[in-house]
Amino acid sequence: MQPIRTGRCYRGVMDADAALAGRLAEDLDGTFEALVLAHQDRLYSIALRIVGAPADAEELAQDAFVRAHRAMAGYPAERIATLRLRPWLAAIVVNLARNRARRRTLPTGQQGAHEPADERADRPEARHDRAEATRGWARRLAALPPTYRAAVVLRHVDGLSYEEMSDALGRPEGTVKAQVHRGLRLLRAALEIEAAAERRHAEEMTA
Amino acid sequence: MIAHEPVDPTAALAALGSRAPATLRPAVLVAVGLADLYSATTSPLGEVLVAWNGRGVSWVGAADVTDFEAGFERSVGRPLARAATLPPRLAAAISRRLAGDRRVRLPLDLRGRTPFEVAVWQKALEIPRGEVRPYGWVAAEIGRPRAVRAVGSALAHNPLPLVVPCHRVVRSDGTIGQYSLGGPAAKRTILAAEGVDPDGLEALARSGVRYIGSDTTRIVCLPSCHNARRISPRHRIPFASLAASRTAGFRTCRECRPGSGAALVA
Repeated sequence: MQPIRTGRCYRGVMDADAALAGRLAEDLDGTFEALVLAHQDRLYSIALRIVGAPADAEELAQDAFVRAHRAMAGYPAERIATLRLRPWLAAIVVNLARNRARRRTLPTGQQGAHEPADERADRPEARHDRAEATRGWARRLAALPPTYRAAVVLRHVDGLSYEEMSDALGRPEGTVKAQVHRGLRLLRAALEIEAAAERRHAEEMTA
Repeated sequence: MIAHEPVDPTAALAALGSRAPATLRPAVLVAVGLADLYSATTSPLGEVLVAWNGRGVSWVGAADVTDFEAGFERSVGRPLARAATLPPRLAAAISRRLAGDRRVRLPLDLRGRTPFEVAVWQKALEIPRGEVRPYGWVAAEIGRPRAVRAVGSALAHNPLPLVVPCHRVVRSDGTIGQYSLGGPAAKRTILAAEGVDPDGLEALARSGVRYIGSDTTRIVCLPSCHNARRISPRHRIPFASLAASRTAGFRTCRECRPGSGAALVA
């Protein structure tokens, strides 16, 4: 299933990235802020949906940009010019998140507790249900095993193609696809378990 | 209860993208060294301002914010913003460095400076607290014995006064000389705070003494060398030139290396 982003708009992003890589190759320091502007929202989003807490996500996104800058500073210009920025930057975030999780060896599934405050804030009624649903998916996503979580985040939150994901994660396309599908199945299962629990609760109340 | 329709979470997941916090971009630019922050800290000269980025300390100046920002803009030119405080580790490293600890890890951002300037500043960093060396000594030590004036110029353009102790380099005639951070009086103040007696050194130089030897070790030093300072008055032998000390059978101290640049003084 190819989502919306494979259209003209997505190709536009790829062209803009190729142009950006070319400029980075010519003048890394002079172009780096443009790279941050172009990719900060997606790197932060990937980090946020993988690690959960906004403060951790910001630190992770910052680290990722610093690593990217350091790496590019050591690359020859031809290598920078041919970098595929979207998967390359995503790979840096995912790897940093993985190393960090290893270092901390915290149990996963706790992250739902740290939702960004702005998502928790009261909203006008019309937006309330959608915000509630978003929060639910963020919580279920945070409870996925790390491998599936990263795969689902890259595919469906960030919108990478399977081919880009394979590049970013260093795994065959088939494996990546299977991980995304498995992740989505787990998410649906989580929703069904919640729904069943709610139904049981409702029946007990009305019994 | 009716069975629900199969749920497709993909649309909901696509809506989980967030905007990066406004603090992310400036933090990244500082971390990679494309922008700097500055804040105040204390020093032997009172409050000074210190700028830094992820690569290290980048600028030190007097507490006047307007002058500081103008100087940074002229010499460095990167975006600069004020921060409430120095990062704790940086503040600790600076205070230890100012207290004379030369081993404390304190990264310096000297990008855009010439290799000659950097060599001069690195040499200044080797001069122990409480001691001074002549400009000619620095020139000789970096392998450019004739570049004494250029050494003076590099020290005058030291972007990190106090942190890079250019105040420990004095004129080859033994007078204390100029200082970029507040003039000659400030230079004497810092040296005095570090345990140097500027008046005593100048008086010694006026009387024609450039070196001090010990008649027990038969080693000759620069007057402010810690090895010279612990020679008891009874055993102190003053010399006006190294040639005179050699004639008297003295060899040069390995730590202060008075032979560096000595030909220019003689």
